[in-house]
Order: sequence, then structure tokens, then C-alpha cells
Amino acid sequence: MTLTEVRRNPVGIRPRAVVVGVTAVVATLVVSVFSLGTGDFPIAPADVVATLFGAGNPAHEFIINELRLPRLIVAILVGAALAAGGAVFQSLVRNPLGSPDMLGVTNGASTAALVVVILGGSDLQLSIAAIAGGMTATLLIQLIAGRALHGFRFILVGVGMAAILTGISGYLLTRGQQMENARALLWLTGSLDGRSWTQAVPLLVVLGAVLPLLVLACGPGLRILEMGDDAASALGVPVSLLRNGALLAAALLVSFGAAAAGPVAFVALIAPHLAKRLTRAPGPNLLPSIAVGALLLSGADFIAQHALDDRVLPVGVITGLVGGAYLVWLLTTERRAGRI
Amino acid sequence: MTRLSGTGMTLAYDKRVIAEDLSVEIPDGSFTVIIGPNACGKSTLLRALSRLLKPATGTVLLDGRDVHSQPTRTVAKTLGLLPQSSTAPDGITVAELVARGRYPHQSILRRWSAEDERVVEESMESTGVADLADRNVDELSGGQRQRVWLAMALAQQTPLLLLDEPTTYLDIAHQIEVLDLCAELHERQGRTLVAVLHDLNHAARYATHLIAMRSGKVARSGLPGEVLTAELVEEVFGLPCRVIDDPETGTPLVVPAARRRTGDLSTNARI
Repeated sequence: MTLTEVRRNPVGIRPRAVVVGVTAVVATLVVSVFSLGTGDFPIAPADVVATLFGAGNPAHEFIINELRLPRLIVAILVGAALAAGGAVFQSLVRNPLGSPDMLGVTNGASTAALVVVILGGSDLQLSIAAIAGGMTATLLIQLIAGRALHGFRFILVGVGMAAILTGISGYLLTRGQQMENARALLWLTGSLDGRSWTQAVPLLVVLGAVLPLLVLACGPGLRILEMGDDAASALGVPVSLLRNGALLAAALLVSFGAAAAGPVAFVALIAPHLAKRLTRAPGPNLLPSIAVGALLLSGADFIAQHALDDRVLPVGVITGLVGGAYLVWLLTTERRAGRI
Repeated sequence: MTRLSGTGMTLAYDKRVIAEDLSVEIPDGSFTVIIGPNACGKSTLLRALSRLLKPATGTVLLDGRDVHSQPTRTVAKTLGLLPQSSTAPDGITVAELVARGRYPHQSILRRWSAEDERVVEESMESTGVADLADRNVDELSGGQRQRVWLAMALAQQTPLLLLDEPTTYLDIAHQIEVLDLCAELHERQGRTLVAVLHDLNHAARYATHLIAMRSGKVARSGLPGEVLTAELVEEVFGLPCRVIDDPETGTPLVVPAARRRTGDLSTNARI
């Protein structure tokens, strides 16, 4: 045992985690360039990069900056937000399946959004309702689960809440007219069609404020919290403050993500999981998760836009297919390895 | 003068009262061991002393101030705790786990220093887990794991360290190993240790100060030789026994009374 051996692993930031994070960021950039260059009006990758740095021609500038970039930014941000929220939830409830889509947070956003759709509200009203719905569901779950917020209790209450909200959503859909239902279903699948700077800017502002706060202020504490409440408390973690703060921040991220793109399936569940599997590091792996989430959603939206020649698929279809397949694959390999 | 004490404490979980008007003092520099039958409130007392449980009434004083009025990080620099159940996160290595003991000494601005590194290495050396530094904690045996947790608590560098049943689930050799280690830390590093132990003979052998509890009250406290008598064991545990001198150390050794041939368990047989 020498000093250098300890130095290799100072407080758990592993080289492998850095590699995973950087790779995901680079891959996201590559996907971005292709995504911005592909469409009815193809633009060469070099021109895309030139345009992004302000050296493109006016036509390219309009197509990229006004039409394609906002959509891409929303995809990246929503992916990052859902992944960060998912990582926090999974860490707080100490369960890899404890993601906000399973625990009723996303359902809260969906149900509230459906109400607005049925009442014929505007897109802005829909977004506000989704945020309010997601936050209300989170607060309700926490209220019912009790202040202790033990992982198991929170999961049970959350799953129950998700079931109730799914029921309400189903009822709302039976009440809606055809036009409204088409809009509702598209939103429920999760879609990035027609996203403009109007959606991108608020998301940028919220993420710009919440993400650094989450990573810097909650990240180290969340890692300690995984050792149990008592151990964390003994190490000086203000347990209930941290839990409530992290939960609030995570619910905010997930709700804003859902408000901007709809309850896109599986990203919040899969991104942190994938990140953890790749980094093999303990802790919520916030930064790698965020990078993987951004890559997942921007990649999925690229596929969704160009998989079929004649039409654009909602991005939720792709994340659902890919996420579901990943989960099945994961369960089979884990089973074969005898871990479950 | 004691750095850690509790006065007039009522300890309760919700409505279930565990102890009333409980007062204890932890002598500075002692290796204090708390003994008592199941559900007598000894672990609850430890939770109260380590500010995990807020007393319904009464106060816990750490360095003359209410432990609950101090910032949790400040307390964590003075008072360490090794809880009965902690989970090692999946895939964490020994060095990483021990490094987490440095958490109270870090902040957003001060993340990881040469000092942290030195302390982590020393903690691993003194608990004999330095060779395991890069191993995954989940691969270790129960005894090794307990030493790793101890190393983490040591890396916290608190003058006071509370241990909740540190020998549970360990076989006899590992129990002795962990207790020897505690005694060594107590003697060499001058830390005040407080441990909850089940085994009376271990308690008698290692403690410099013994607190015997029964139904939420301190039945007796003081030097092990004075506290641990046959009368006390019978009073506190309801167990008839003889107390003889430990042939190794001369400390009290509790020998439970043999079941009488007639098989009448209800009489408190004295041998």
C-alpha cells in the first residue's frame, strides 16, 4: 500500500467515469452535427460546424439556428434533465427501478397536461400544468410516505400514485374528442416536433440553475447517503435537508423535461442505469448520467426523424423501443449471471 | 468534566417511550461499554448521544453545548458513529469507502487534500486493511468488512467514537480482533470510545468504564470490577450466575449457572 495507490481513487472519482462522461459528450456532439445536417435540405458536417460558429451562409444559418437547433437543444436538455432526475430518484430510494416514471412523478405531469388538452388549453398552459402536476404528485407521495422517506415506503406509495394517475388519465382520454385525443396521445408518447426557442430557452434557464446546484451541493452528500441514513448522519450529512432538497430538484427537472417534450419513456430509468453500468462506480453518477441521457435522447430523436422516409416518429416511440429492449436484455443477462 | 453527556433524557420513537429521565456521562478518555438485556434502550441511548435521535425532553451536551443546536458537520468532526447497519455501495473499493470518512472535513471549495490522503492511509494501516485498499468491499469477509468500516470511522478523526454492537455477526476470533483493535485505538490514540456490547465478558475485559442498563434506566455504572457482580447480572438480566476472575486478565468473568438436575428453572438457583 503506497500513497499513489490511494491517489488513484480519491473520493471515488474514477478515471473510468471520466472516460464514460467525456465519450458520451463527444458522441452527443457528433450526433448533433449529423442531426443538424440531415433533413429535407442536407447540409455537410463541415458547413454545420461553420454555421454554428457563425461562419455559415444565410440559408444555412436560418435552417440550423432557427429550425433544427432549438429542437436539438430541447432533446439534449430534456435528456439531461430526465437522466439527472432519474439518477437522484434511484439513489434516494436505493433502488435501480425507482425512477420517476415508475413512481408517479411523470404520471402527475401527464394527468395535469391531459386536463389542459381536454379543456383545449394552449401549449404554454399545457407546459405549466405538466410542471405543476409533476411537482404536486411528488409532494403528495412524500406527504403520504411520511417524513422518514424510507426507500421502500416511498416506492410503494409512488407505484400506487402512478396507478391512480394512470386510471385518471385513461378516464380523461375517454372524455376527450378525437382531435383532442390525437394531440393528447402525441404528447403522452413524447415528441419533439416543432420545438422552438420558446421551449428551449426556459429549459436552458432552469437547467442552468438546477443542474450545477444538484451536482455540486447534493452530489457528494447523495453518495454518502447511499451508505444508509445513520452512517450519513454520523458523517455530518444533513439527511432530511439533503433528501428534501434533492427530491425537489429532481422532481423539478423531470417535470420541466416532461413539460417540454412529454413524458418520454425510459430515459430517466435507463440513462442512470447505463451510466452506472459503464462507469462501474458507486454513487448516483450524476455527471455521467446526465451525459448519457443527453446522448440517448438526441440520438433517439435523430433516429425518430429519419428512420421512416415518409414521416417523423415521436421520439418516445424510439426511447420506448430501445429502453424496453435494454431492460429485457439486462434482465436476461443478469438472470444468466445468477444475479437476480 | 466530560465532553459528552446526557441529562434528564426521555427517549421515544413516536409514542413508544424507551427511556425516561435517563442521565449518563461519558468519562473523557475512557473506553465506555454499555451493557444490558435486549430492548433495555442501550442502542437508543447511543442514537441519542450521537444526535440520530432527538430526546423528547432533556439534552445531550457535546462540549457544553446542545448537540442538536450545532451544525451536523461540526458535530461530525468531534463525534463519530459506527452504526449497526450500514450498506457499502455496490462496487466501492476499500480505499474509497475509508475516504468517505473525510466527508465532514471537506466542502464544495475544499475537496480532497494531501492531509485527507494521509489520514485515509493511516486509518487503513492502523486497522490492518491497507493491503485490501483496491479490493471491492463486497468481496471481503465479515471481519475484514468490519475493520474497513472502523477505518472509515477513524478517518473521520473524531476524538469521540461511538460503536453500536461492533462485534455482531462476527465469529469469536474476529470479535476479539475488532475489540483488540478498539482497545489499541483507545490506548494509543487516546480516543474516547463508547460501545454497545452484548457479551458481558468482552465488556468486562475491554471496558475502562461500564454502564449497565435495565428498562431504560442506568442500573449501575463505574469500573467493570465494581459494576459486574453476580447480583447485578441477576438484577439486570435475570440470570443466576457466578462471577469469577478472568484467568487471562483478572477482570470479572460471568459464568451462567448450570441448569439444575431437577430441571426447575423457576427457582433462582445459586451455586
